[in-house]
Amino acid sequence: MGTMPRTPHDSTEGAEALDRDPALLAVALDQTTHDAEEAHWTPAKIALWGGISLLGGLSWVMLAVVRGETVNAIWFVFAAVCTYLIGYRFYSNYIQKHLLRPDDRRATPAEYKADGKDYAATDRRVLFGHHFAAIAGAGPLVGPVLAAQMGYLPGTIWIIFGVVLAGAVQDYLVLFFSMRRGGRSLGQMARDELGKVGGTAALIATLAIMVIIVAILALVVVNALAASPWGVFSVSMTIPIALFMGCYLRFFRPGKVSEISIIGFVLLLAAIIGGGMISNTEWGAAFFHVDPVPLAIGIIVYGFVAAILPVWLLLAPRDYLSTFMKIGTIGMLALAIIIVRPEISVPAFSEFTANGGPVVSGSLFPFLFVTIACGALSGFHALIASGTTPKLIEKERQTRFIGYGGMLMESFVAIMALVAALSIDRGIYFAMNSSPALTGGTVEGAVAFVNSLGLTGVNLTPEVLTQTAKDVGEASIVSRTGGAPTLSVGLANIMQQVVGGSGMMAFWYHFAIMFEALFILTAVDAGTRVARFMLQDSLGNFFPKFKNTSWRAGAWLTTGIMVAAWGAVLIMGVTDPLGGINTLFPLFGIANQLLAAIALAVCMAIVAKRGMFKYLWIVALPLAFAAVVTISASFLKIFSTIPAVGYFAQNRAFSEALAAGETSFGTAKTVEAMEAVVRNTMVQGILSILFVVLAIIVMVTAIQATWRSWKSRDFGTNEDPAVPSQMFAPSGFLPTPAEKELGARWDARARLEKSGRSKR
Amino acid sequence: MNTVELLKKGARDLAWFVKGVMGDDAYDKYKAHHESRHPSAGADAPPVMTEREFWRDQTDRQDTNPQGRCC
Repeated sequence: MGTMPRTPHDSTEGAEALDRDPALLAVALDQTTHDAEEAHWTPAKIALWGGISLLGGLSWVMLAVVRGETVNAIWFVFAAVCTYLIGYRFYSNYIQKHLLRPDDRRATPAEYKADGKDYAATDRRVLFGHHFAAIAGAGPLVGPVLAAQMGYLPGTIWIIFGVVLAGAVQDYLVLFFSMRRGGRSLGQMARDELGKVGGTAALIATLAIMVIIVAILALVVVNALAASPWGVFSVSMTIPIALFMGCYLRFFRPGKVSEISIIGFVLLLAAIIGGGMISNTEWGAAFFHVDPVPLAIGIIVYGFVAAILPVWLLLAPRDYLSTFMKIGTIGMLALAIIIVRPEISVPAFSEFTANGGPVVSGSLFPFLFVTIACGALSGFHALIASGTTPKLIEKERQTRFIGYGGMLMESFVAIMALVAALSIDRGIYFAMNSSPALTGGTVEGAVAFVNSLGLTGVNLTPEVLTQTAKDVGEASIVSRTGGAPTLSVGLANIMQQVVGGSGMMAFWYHFAIMFEALFILTAVDAGTRVARFMLQDSLGNFFPKFKNTSWRAGAWLTTGIMVAAWGAVLIMGVTDPLGGINTLFPLFGIANQLLAAIALAVCMAIVAKRGMFKYLWIVALPLAFAAVVTISASFLKIFSTIPAVGYFAQNRAFSEALAAGETSFGTAKTVEAMEAVVRNTMVQGILSILFVVLAIIVMVTAIQATWRSWKSRDFGTNEDPAVPSQMFAPSGFLPTPAEKELGARWDARARLEKSGRSKR
Repeated sequence: MNTVELLKKGARDLAWFVKGVMGDDAYDKYKAHHESRHPSAGADAPPVMTEREFWRDQTDRQDTNPQGRCC
């Protein structure tokens, strides 16, 4: 290394600061060494990548071209994994080499700001697990289930190619840029790069989007638990379990996190089994049978209490439990899908591709791309990638493995959710996911409705629905919208073939419900808390007292405001005569994608500021796509004249019916229901306008910033100054031969020092 | 290495990974950091937190600096 620039093409300017005495062990490999390793194609390497490409290609042919009567699920797995590997190996490497150009001679915040607590260098494989647990939740499990309405191919293509070209790129870039800025948040980066207007718009948009996301996640839980005594019992038991874990860690054995998580997990299993027994007793079935509205109120009260209680008591232990379940269950599901390899009889493109159907209204474009947000492109990740992870990363080159690789992993979760949803009978799928307004909420109504859809090969009988409900231990599975119950049926169906047989179906169903509810409630707690601090910080600009976060009254007030905001949207969804989830879910996806557009816009301004216009397309391409999708989806939601699609069209139709003195209209059977539709659609429409206007402001300011950089050629930087690193670590999951060799020298030196110390 | 040793190593690696991801090693990391910064336990060195103090401090810091969890 020494005085050498990073590559022969790089300028030597500023490199002196990172010079390292050649007598010392190197802290980084030369870029030329990395290049040489990559360019060295051994026969084994050629055979490996040739094999991956062939298998991936064959899988896509099976999915997209052959499209037999049934398709085996294993092709989804192969198509996904092979495409991810190729995307990771080649595309993310291209981004690394040309756009981001990490420099391992620079210390990361974990090294130059090290405090042993918030900033602490963490092994890349462990941090990968951390980061994955923070980004993956219920989102990638729910969206693909709803999108299964359109057939298997659209969702599969979008999840796999969307992640390689957009979602993983966003996560990688945000993580890298935040790391270069000492772990600054997306909001701060927006303010630095886009100025006051863009920064403020980004902040308000983020806050509003968080409210919507928390509300709709909570709606998914309400839909999964309403009128399900078993589910209500086992999920509510997570609260005392978390309290117990919190006290155990606080007073009894501090720091024994894995130990208490295992205990918590065992208690959780007991709660699921206990739920089955209790729901079989008369008093239990009556006591734990909760209707949607009281359940929603319960979750709102819970959200408020959880956000003001000390973290150690409820939030932290619940988070441990959720992380433990996440990594375990997702691994288990992957294994089960590979073992069972279910046959999928859903067509590649369904009857509802062009004009929407009972689950998702509207055409494939743009609504497929907002229905599946998490798993393909998720703006919410930008908040995580600019939060904890950049403060823990050891070496700059590791951002590729953690940022890009972590998102590929989440995408794989989405593919598994899609496979699970596709593996169940289509008749059952539509009976479960059509709103009660369409099915009447009864078995007969559902059978009549589904059979009237005229789906090829679908002939639903009442016996199938009652038997399935009995198998999963529920009173009914008709109109259990929201995606979670459908996924749970699919998952239970796959798992029972591996463990337990059909007798275990009910256990696996409620296990799946439990783990989704656990993720969501953790996201609700954490989301409310994060939103509260954002609000306090913003209010503090006008009323300085709010900046003091230990001021009780202020904390309670701001928490109350945030909970009231998402609670109102939740109640609106629960009581919506049109079905709730199908009117609100597009808002969730649009909000999430708009956040992605905001994050990518900030990245674009940063890339321009670095003067890398030649590679600007890497950011501009996904940004343009996200912008087109979200803006056109928002415009359809605002301006469409089709009532099922446009919020204001729906509003107008119901208002006119009311004005004409009608007492029932469409699926609303009373005047009150009609008035509720008028109110809800107005709120939803206004939210759509708010989101799209804010996002457009952010994008315009980002384009202006990019243009300024182009014109002025004045490339300042908001990065922290470069500090030379004093440590070495490999960059990918497996170290390359050169990295291994250098790592071995560092290990030898560490051993020498250790023995030297002990001799003294 | 025979099969038993391999299995043992696999179990050890798994335990290391799980503990790392769950955060069991936070105190060890803090202590190692503290010792590397203040190798001589002189009077001027700030006192190192005990394990119990550290974990309290950690959750108290999370109280005012919450981590987001994604959907």
